[in-house]
Amino acid sequence: MTNPRLLRAALPFLTLAFVLTATFYVQPRTMSYFGLNLMLQYAVPIALATIAQMFIITVNDLDLSIGPFVGLVGVIAATVLNSNPVLGASALMACVLAYGVVGALIHVRNLPSIVVTLGLSFVWLGIAVMMLPSPGGKAPAVLKAIMTVQTPYVPFPILAAVAIGLVVHLALMTTSFGVVARGAGGNPKALDRAGWSMLGTKVVMYMLAGLFGLLAGLALLGLTTSADAHVADRYTLYSIAGVILGGGEFIGGRINPIGAVAGALTLALAGAFLIFLRISPDWQIGAQGAVLIIVLALRALAGSREKSS
Amino acid sequence: MSTEAIRLDGVEKSFGAVRALAGVDLVVAVGECLGLVGHNGAGKSTLMHVLAGALLPDAGRLTVGGAEPKAQWSAAASQAAGIRCVFQELSLCPNLSVAENARITHASLRGFGWKGRARALICAKLDEIFPGHRIAPDDEIAHLPIGQRQMVEIARAFTVTSAPLRLVILDEPTSSLDAVAAGQLLSYIRKETARGTAIILISHILGEVLATSDRIVVMKDGKQVAARPAQAFDRSSLMAAMGSDLKEVEARGDRRQSPKADSAVVVRASPQREGGGGELVVREGEIVGLAGLAGHGQTRLLLQIFAGQADIDRPVAFVAGDRQNEGVFNLWSIAENVTVASLRSLIQRGFINVAAEAKLARAWRERIGIRTSDMGRNILTLSGGNQQKVLFARALASDARIILMDDPMRGVDIGTKLEVYAMIRAEAAAGRSFLWYTTELDELTHCDKVYVFWNGKISDSIEAADFSEQRVLRASFAESGT
Amino acid sequence: MKGLLSRLLGQPWVGSFLAAGLVWLLAVVFAGGHGGGEILSSALAFATFTVIVGLGQMMVITTGPGNVDLSIPATMTLSGVIAMKLMDTESALILVGIAAAMGASFLVGVANYGLIRLLRIPPIIATLSSSFLVLSTAISIGRGLRIKPPAPLADFATARAFGVPFAAIAVAALAAIIGLTLKHTIYGRTVAAIGQNERAAWLAGLDVRRTRFATYVLSAMLAGLCGVLQSGFSGGSALNMGDDFLLASIAVVVIGGTSVAGGRGNVPGIWGAALFMYLLVTMLNIFGASPGVRLVMTGLIIIAVIAVAGSENPRRA
Repeated sequence: MTNPRLLRAALPFLTLAFVLTATFYVQPRTMSYFGLNLMLQYAVPIALATIAQMFIITVNDLDLSIGPFVGLVGVIAATVLNSNPVLGASALMACVLAYGVVGALIHVRNLPSIVVTLGLSFVWLGIAVMMLPSPGGKAPAVLKAIMTVQTPYVPFPILAAVAIGLVVHLALMTTSFGVVARGAGGNPKALDRAGWSMLGTKVVMYMLAGLFGLLAGLALLGLTTSADAHVADRYTLYSIAGVILGGGEFIGGRINPIGAVAGALTLALAGAFLIFLRISPDWQIGAQGAVLIIVLALRALAGSREKSS
Repeated sequence: MSTEAIRLDGVEKSFGAVRALAGVDLVVAVGECLGLVGHNGAGKSTLMHVLAGALLPDAGRLTVGGAEPKAQWSAAASQAAGIRCVFQELSLCPNLSVAENARITHASLRGFGWKGRARALICAKLDEIFPGHRIAPDDEIAHLPIGQRQMVEIARAFTVTSAPLRLVILDEPTSSLDAVAAGQLLSYIRKETARGTAIILISHILGEVLATSDRIVVMKDGKQVAARPAQAFDRSSLMAAMGSDLKEVEARGDRRQSPKADSAVVVRASPQREGGGGELVVREGEIVGLAGLAGHGQTRLLLQIFAGQADIDRPVAFVAGDRQNEGVFNLWSIAENVTVASLRSLIQRGFINVAAEAKLARAWRERIGIRTSDMGRNILTLSGGNQQKVLFARALASDARIILMDDPMRGVDIGTKLEVYAMIRAEAAAGRSFLWYTTELDELTHCDKVYVFWNGKISDSIEAADFSEQRVLRASFAESGT
Repeated sequence: MKGLLSRLLGQPWVGSFLAAGLVWLLAVVFAGGHGGGEILSSALAFATFTVIVGLGQMMVITTGPGNVDLSIPATMTLSGVIAMKLMDTESALILVGIAAAMGASFLVGVANYGLIRLLRIPPIIATLSSSFLVLSTAISIGRGLRIKPPAPLADFATARAFGVPFAAIAVAALAAIIGLTLKHTIYGRTVAAIGQNERAAWLAGLDVRRTRFATYVLSAMLAGLCGVLQSGFSGGSALNMGDDFLLASIAVVVIGGTSVAGGRGNVPGIWGAALFMYLLVTMLNIFGASPGVRLVMTGLIIIAVIAVAGSENPRRA
């Protein structure tokens, strides 16, 4: 408790460590390769969706359509991509481009991103339902193979999550482009004054979000093996919660990719933990809401200390 | 190569009815430090924004290094021409580190190893300008105190990568620096000009301008009113050049009689600042002026009183001067804007009485002379001056006995001003008290008492009988030895 | 007369009614000129529910950018579940059930504002996190059972006179009251003032905090009311009964001419937009469109409306 700033930076990892320890304590059998593999298998798609959301939050917007988008990607990959790889791949690319177009629309018309992306969520869901009215389709074999790979010593989901976190950290926190992207969230006026295109920055960030949403959809399909338009509806909430648990802030371009991945792991674990705790499934969503509120409360506390110190 | 770094001929810029720049001719020579002084609203900031490419002039010509700029004038064109600005509001990204902020203004800092180069670049410049600065290149801006942020911003303006460095504009660069850092900056300015960089130094600390500049230009009402070598000025001649002249005398108030010293005290407040900053006392029926340069704590004290952090005895109302951000409700009619602070008195059976509201609005249209045929029209159909009248009407129509005014005459025409002055005097005679922050020296002549602010404190309090412009200016520039 | 007409056409809510009328006409024409009355009657019945939550969402959105209530669906569900459970099909317990449901909704509103204010988090996250808890509470109370509403409540929720649902008449009255409140009370004026400029509202001496508090409570209680009525209408509460209302509540506000940037609410437009949304779905149904097409159309229309009319100050491109 000596340095509130440090405490704040460590909060995502402390939360993850706490949930992990608690899980091991409640159910010692999970402390194994297979236990972790099982509990964390959905961590990869959640982490990817969280990173997608983080790109949008970096430029002070919010994406309420990421969940249905992840579902749509799964549907496309389980249907068209199988029967016609070229068409399927171009459809997926078009989805990413559509994200860029929406980013441009939001910026140029100065629209509230939540309303636009809420409308967009219906578009994604509608297209997915049109393509696949009831759950079905088949995941491409290669996706299944990737998502169920048995890596030595450390389970694949953990390796994959760490890799995702590191790659995005390198891209956003250390490259010269990342500086401009975060600066666009921190002080748009200064960016403008220095001659950068805010429109261009926003479009790139939206397209990156689309790309990671795409990866999340493919990863999820590899686990579920068949597609369902509604399979990822809850990912919108997960992704926002993951970014916040990871220490990101809604405005000001202050984000933390590795923290966001830790947040996603926490969310994936929390589900398993609550089951082990024998909390009735009724309270699972509620417990997630409570965790979110508690973390935000802790952060508000740390924030006020930071200010007063 | 031309000996001119930059030249402006007849540059004009208006915002609505307000003429911010009324034909400015300005030349800055290569390697010259030009001091630019003037009271608030003289047009200095607008001029700087034109040079930085943030504003386009309505008329006039701009040449850089003796040649017309090739491209359309813009922020990017200004940068490319080697013009750098340190604005009063910081243009750093608070969520980025010192080195990362250097990257924002240098497009060439990219590719492998950019961060190392950015660190070296900004550190070298910080070391050169502010030896002993104790700023690490990876510190996040949000975590630095304001003084160090200002140092980063200044150092960044002087760093050079691919674009040349021709002219640096420093707008109140020392406002948040301590004496040591300010001294370091001023001696660096001498060094930099010796290398051929031109510098425009805007500062309200006249000693600084006199000691550092080669030449001083005085601006007033959007025009250049004096331009001489720095040696030809001294403190008093500089102040005289900034002061008011006779043609505005019509706006002056008659000397008011000293207020009744026995009327009730309605406000007693001290600026909340460490070490205490004097006390302000307002009596019933008094008009009290708050003077000094902008941003020295006058508005903060008004807000403090409005928020109730002072001894107040009567209901309070606030008249905003920043109409767009703090006063007007853009979507509403003129009438709704007038009555919003008096709704309580218009309630009948739980609802606002429409007829009574319309009547109140019409009554104030007559009393304060809002120029419109229909109070139901949108507020933005009014001119700035009339919008300000609406804000006065809002405060005066309410049951408030204490009226706080936050430099309310910004950009208001002289006719409107005279009407409002008369209104204020009449209301004061009827027992209302006014706290009037103004940046216009003439308006202080309407006050019974004037408190001058400097650096968040009250640096002088002047009774109407002892009032003189020179005394206000001395206290505003805090060079009277306090 | 001419002046009146042009003033009428200048109102932002007229568009939504015109659109609703157009869609209705298309549907009737496509159906071969039959069933226009029935379509309108059921449109009124379904629009009623959207209007109730739309009114609350409108008040919240009118308090300014960033203000939105995402807990409406969860609150509806909670309220419906509590009401049905307490009433337990007994007519005598109707009032008890309604009172408890409204009390719970009130608490949700208090919690929402408490989170916004104490944790200083954006309303969207505050209402989102609280909605998780609210939904879980509803699930644990409801246990997935569908309890039928008492007969009088069901009768009231489904009764019609000359094809006009009673509930629609009652909600029209409610809407009128809220419209009056928005325009002619200190509370309503304060809501609009905060939405235009929170700082100016504070400097004009208005009570910003209490007004925002009341607004979140009002939104939650209207959601609660909608939950009870909806349960009565559709033969019991269901855990997914609020699902469609998140987008719908925001959509009717936006399409109905309320400013998304805050400061200007519009009550009649909510009716027009709710009718439009329902009639659009009906029309697409008659055209034989699949559920997917209906979803896509709904989404695109919302995006189109906000892109055309949503922003007060578009950025220079």
